[in-house]
Amino acid sequence: MKVIILLIIASLTVAIGFLIAFFWSVKTGQFDDDTSPAVRILMDNEITSNEKSKNNHYDN
Amino acid sequence: MSTLNTTTTATTTCFHCHETCEEDKVRFDDKDFCCVGCKLVYEVLNENNLCNYYAISDNPGINRKNSYLGNRFAFLDEEQIINKLISFKSNNEIHIRFHIPNMHCSSCIWLLENFSRIDKGVIRSQVDFVSKELLIVFNTSLTNLRNIVEQLTLIGYEPELNLNKVSNHSFLKKSNARIYKIGLAGFAFGNIMLLSFPEYLSGGIFGAEDFRHLFRYIIVVLALPVFFYSASEFFINSFRSFRQQVVNIDVPIAIGILAMFLRSLYEITSGTGPGYFDSMSGLVFFMLIGRNFQDKTYQWLSFNRDYTSYFPIAVTRYNGLKEETVLVNDVVKGDRLKIRNHEIIPADVKLLNQSAHIDYSFVSGESTPVKVNKGELIYAGAKLLNGPIDVLVDQATSNSYLTKLWNQQSDKVIQISYFQKMVNIISRWFVLVTVLIAVSSFAYWYSTDFTKAINAFTSVLVIACACALALSAPFTFGNIIRLLGKKGIYLRNVQVIEKLADIDTVIFDKTGTLTEPESNHIRYEGDELDDFNLRAIYTIISSSTHPLSVVLAKYLKLKPFSDPELHIEEFPGKGISAMIFGHHYKIGSEEFVTEKKENSSLKSTRVYIGINNEVLGYFSIQNKYRDGIKQLTNDLANHKINLGVISGDDEHERFNLTTLLPEGTHLHFNCKPIDKLNYINELNQHGFKTMMVGDGFNDAGALMHSHVGVAVSNDINNFTPACDAIIMGSNLSKLEKLIRLAKSANRIIIISFIISLVYNFLGLWFAVQGTLSPVIAAILMPISTSSLVIYTVVASSIKARRLGFTK
Repeated sequence: MKVIILLIIASLTVAIGFLIAFFWSVKTGQFDDDTSPAVRILMDNEITSNEKSKNNHYDN
Repeated sequence: MSTLNTTTTATTTCFHCHETCEEDKVRFDDKDFCCVGCKLVYEVLNENNLCNYYAISDNPGINRKNSYLGNRFAFLDEEQIINKLISFKSNNEIHIRFHIPNMHCSSCIWLLENFSRIDKGVIRSQVDFVSKELLIVFNTSLTNLRNIVEQLTLIGYEPELNLNKVSNHSFLKKSNARIYKIGLAGFAFGNIMLLSFPEYLSGGIFGAEDFRHLFRYIIVVLALPVFFYSASEFFINSFRSFRQQVVNIDVPIAIGILAMFLRSLYEITSGTGPGYFDSMSGLVFFMLIGRNFQDKTYQWLSFNRDYTSYFPIAVTRYNGLKEETVLVNDVVKGDRLKIRNHEIIPADVKLLNQSAHIDYSFVSGESTPVKVNKGELIYAGAKLLNGPIDVLVDQATSNSYLTKLWNQQSDKVIQISYFQKMVNIISRWFVLVTVLIAVSSFAYWYSTDFTKAINAFTSVLVIACACALALSAPFTFGNIIRLLGKKGIYLRNVQVIEKLADIDTVIFDKTGTLTEPESNHIRYEGDELDDFNLRAIYTIISSSTHPLSVVLAKYLKLKPFSDPELHIEEFPGKGISAMIFGHHYKIGSEEFVTEKKENSSLKSTRVYIGINNEVLGYFSIQNKYRDGIKQLTNDLANHKINLGVISGDDEHERFNLTTLLPEGTHLHFNCKPIDKLNYINELNQHGFKTMMVGDGFNDAGALMHSHVGVAVSNDINNFTPACDAIIMGSNLSKLEKLIRLAKSANRIIIISFIISLVYNFLGLWFAVQGTLSPVIAAILMPISTSSLVIYTVVASSIKARRLGFTK
């Protein structure tokens, strides 16, 4: 039965991990705009010479 | 008498904006364009290999017919102004955030994010579609701000430049805090529930004692942040309300949470029971979600726009003989300004030139332009039709006639909403009754069983849940706001719905509200005009900027004579006299053409045509009323709602309005903006609940002072004055249904109160006997909250669908 303690610790760690992930994603603005990232990913850059999307991270 | 038919040519649509091309279409690269502006955008995109723009979504292009740049953005060369607009600056890099109202589809995102191909100085551009913002990072040595703004404007995405709202990120942070709180409460709710389950299910026979203690203490640890962080706003708000000596909705919630927390803490530390921490976190979780649901706002719509967003940011001022660009706010009395064609006059000014033509339509609602002579006053907000002119500032922008009107504080701001009042009253009674029941059950058990007395006392406080008060209104109103938003009706906040419910008087503005802007009924009456005459008339009026000429020219849509021997003389306020191919044409008012006294009881605006001193007939131009106005006003009248129309125009539409609108409608003409405001104030003082429906700057005062101000807009991205609701012109006929929906929303909330009373009685029945176990609380609480939420959302959706507010 002692294994339950281990399981509880494991499950809580996972849950807290997700909670932190949630906080982080809210903080970095990943929920602010739910439209343009979805569109952006489908857009092909037909000319790749002047690529500028390398520094395409969130600006916050 | 004859009626004129204009022939319609085979319709081609513009490759760029997909609007129907008229006769003067432009052909380029095997594609049709409706105007040079659209062609230009295509050229720019084509040059830079950006034609994918047209492939991504169906109708991406924005019509460029009315594009006029000139020196409009010259002020963006000024260092001082640039610094006020940008958000970050380093050696040779500037970051700036533009608000671009025209952004509407995935093609827009694509084009704007590839903006660096059009302007090589742009390092990066990124779209935030929800708030319609574009972040641009550019190299100051390769390009400049003016260049970027002009390029954006050229391709149809004019940024809204406003010095006042450089960044309002503070409200963003606030809403994030709410999200964190909800996340934390939800996390704790789930995990506490999981850890409580063994205890509930085992019915007391729990494996080993150690586990029980371990689980309980983990629960305490999980519940602490919920109590101290997530629930903090309830305590802070109720503390504030105590200091103001009122009881608001947060008080019963805070009492419930506090009772649950203390009782559970006691139970666990003393080892007497598992406590109610799961119910507590659940309650906090649901309450916070309710709050968040009601705070739905349309970030990209502005309900608070003031005069500053209508006026230009900067103007040209004479400094001696030199021209300089200054901010509008820095203009003072006595300055000499230069106003260019089609610019907005930013202050009350005196004209220094001989004469000027001014369009006051946005200020007064009067659609015909006014001629102003030297030395006369021109009010701020007017648009110059022929320029440039020099003017002397008489009153600075902040003191101008219109700004004063705008700034007249209405008492609406401090008015506490009716529903809020009701909730506060109920909350007070709720607290009182709950405490009374708790104390009396304590007194009842006190003599026989002290522990049971304490138990009953706390149980009552725990189970008496004010969730109906706190949740039903947010969910009902929030749901309705969302549904309406999908149908092109945008409400400022949830309080508007409840105010809509008690509207008993609806006042309409005429021009642009009841009538469709830029759309007229035109008829010709008189001797038939042959093709030559029609083309001659068209050629003459095409050269005039008078609104009636423009309307008529658009209606005739003919081929002008390519090389006419034309001599035109325009008599402002009267008409045009012209010689063409040796024939003398007079086009204008009745008095001007027929040389007889004007008949003032006419029911339409008429443009008379005279050829070689012979009067042939007239074009009658009538406003075209929006579809469904008759139905709407009849429905409103049938529901005992008083109707009125206040118009800045003269009386020529009186006859049409009396036939269109139901009997008993009050009609007021020649109203200045201040008259409209005073009329609304007068109605308010007589106890009427007024709804003002208007569209322009001239209605701004009335919109602000009415109980509910509704701004009608044909393009949601256009300027709308401060108001409570923005409604698309095509949806105006739904106004009566909107009021009905608001009324039924109130009914739904009252029913949900009754439902929650049943749950409360059930809970109290256990509580007063001192037999409320955590299991019962854990079952009853989620059921009561979720059933309320489901009821309010479903009921309001069904009602909205019945009234035709869903797809």
